[in-house]
Amino acid sequence: MYGSIAAIGAGLAVLGAGIGIGQIGGKAVEGIARNPEASGKITTTMIIAAALIEGVALFGVVIGLLGGAK
Amino acid sequence: MDLVTPDLGLLFWTGLVFSLLLFVLTKFAWKPILGAVNAREQKISEALELAEKTKVEMKALQSENENLLKEARAQRDSMLKDAKNASDKLIEESKDKAKLEADKIVIAAKEAIKNEKLQAMSELKTHVAGLSLEIAEKIIRGELSSDEKQKALAEKMAEDINMN
Amino acid sequence: MIFKIPLATIESLTTFARIFGSHQMKFVSMSMIKLLAFTLLVVFSTSISFASGDNSTEKEFNVGEMIMHHIKDAHEWHLWGPEHGGTSIYLPVILLDEGMKVFSSKTLYHGELKSAIDHKTHKTVTYYKGSGSAEGYGMFHEKIYKLNNGELNFEDGHVHGNIKVFDFSITKNVLSLFFGAAIILALMLSISRFYKTNGAVSPKGLAKFIEPLVIVVRDDIAKENIGHGKHHKYVPYLLTIFFFIWINNLLGLVPILPGGANLTGNITITFFLALCTLLMTLFSSNKNYWKHIFATPGVPIALMPIMIPIEIVGIFTKPFALMIRLFANITAGHIIILALISIIFINKNLAWGALSVPMALFISCLEMLVAALQAYLFALLSALFIGAAVEEAHH
Repeated sequence: MYGSIAAIGAGLAVLGAGIGIGQIGGKAVEGIARNPEASGKITTTMIIAAALIEGVALFGVVIGLLGGAK
Repeated sequence: MDLVTPDLGLLFWTGLVFSLLLFVLTKFAWKPILGAVNAREQKISEALELAEKTKVEMKALQSENENLLKEARAQRDSMLKDAKNASDKLIEESKDKAKLEADKIVIAAKEAIKNEKLQAMSELKTHVAGLSLEIAEKIIRGELSSDEKQKALAEKMAEDINMN
Repeated sequence: MIFKIPLATIESLTTFARIFGSHQMKFVSMSMIKLLAFTLLVVFSTSISFASGDNSTEKEFNVGEMIMHHIKDAHEWHLWGPEHGGTSIYLPVILLDEGMKVFSSKTLYHGELKSAIDHKTHKTVTYYKGSGSAEGYGMFHEKIYKLNNGELNFEDGHVHGNIKVFDFSITKNVLSLFFGAAIILALMLSISRFYKTNGAVSPKGLAKFIEPLVIVVRDDIAKENIGHGKHHKYVPYLLTIFFFIWINNLLGLVPILPGGANLTGNITITFFLALCTLLMTLFSSNKNYWKHIFATPGVPIALMPIMIPIEIVGIFTKPFALMIRLFANITAGHIIILALISIIFINKNLAWGALSVPMALFISCLEMLVAALQAYLFALLSALFIGAAVEEAHH
């Protein structure tokens, strides 16, 4: 049954990343709305930050996957 | 677990293929491509520079032209001014001359008139003197018709002379 | 960890946006889809453990098993038909076992399908026993082992007691690697020939397509993050890594023969690429880089025992994150497309195709964007790490 627990773990990892990436996306849109000229710079920064968060979340999900696919 | 375990055989092939790819691409692809791109960028920047230079030169040329035009215009203006001055002067001069001439004529006329007048006056004087002499002669004849009268006159005249 | 956020990657991204029609929100939604895909697989793989525990569902279509089979490497290139007895291209197996042994994987796949009892869990496991030139070898989960007394022994679901031979086979991923390399070589050499014959002219045809990407890598990735004057040495590496990842990512999305292998979603490939970046970073590092690790400026001496191990671990976590990111992103893309297509087979009804095909198409398009984005990110982050290693001290 450990597979199901792994699924919960993966879900939790997704939850955290979802909040994080959602925050980044939201703030980026806010920033672009406030200063449309900086949209390029904001997008770059956003992608890098989102990629870093996604990386960490993927660690969690991969660990969950390992637990499930044993 | 073997999903995240590197496999030795695949690692070997990846290493081999990637190293070869890196070597071949660096030598035969990236160098020529980057070289050409750089050369073109240089060419473009040089062309832009040249264009900029030409533009500056054109501007200089244009301003030179403008200066020339300005100069010519100034020259023309000054020439016109000179001509006007000259004509003004001429007119002035001729006016002066005419005035002078006129003055001269007037003066001469005045002189002539004065001379005429003087002549006329002296003629008149001589005429008047003659007349008065005649009159005086007539008067004196009357006066001198008696001794007393002669005497009184002589006295009176002497008195007048003295008084003068 | 010092991250110089690139200042003028604006152009690069707008170029990317122009080329791939990307949008901020797309990236965000994409990441979420990716994570969702993994969760899906975790759920599916849970069903594997159920399925393997229950023998009655043997002939049932098992999504988890199919997906796992796809995203892993194989000694055959499976084209169509059932897993046993379908149409496949059998690839050469090369073993290093007392000399080099080369034979077709057909001798393994079409050998004997043997069953064995797990010594610990007492469940039945099946493996391929080689025949003909593959005599004496057995294959379990695409790993080739030497047989002891004509059989493999299992313990706890793993092969136990049999020697795993060095396997340098031309597997599905290796073949895909060759295809990818061939495509990149053909593409780049033809472009370089264009410049050689035409000189420094404005690009035409393929060169017109590739040149902006080369300039993005050179200016916005290398120049911006490594620092002016020092980046020239690293441009060829970054270009190679960018195009290698991009082309192979795209090739993985092609469902038929030259593509379809999960190459860049294989941990070995990403491990190797991350290792290259790590070695690049370490070999180009200067005194300032090591000073930041062993004597971080502005950190009190008392904190040093904590900071130094953290910084040393940091050297390895950065490439490690690169490795996991590429692996997980690409694998997740493959998983979600396969999972969507599987909807038809789970429900055994073609009508579900009306739902699953458009969704799979949408994800495929998104994956094309991801293919470029991950290549860009890998090159960008590699450049950032190298840039941190060659950075001079600030005064």
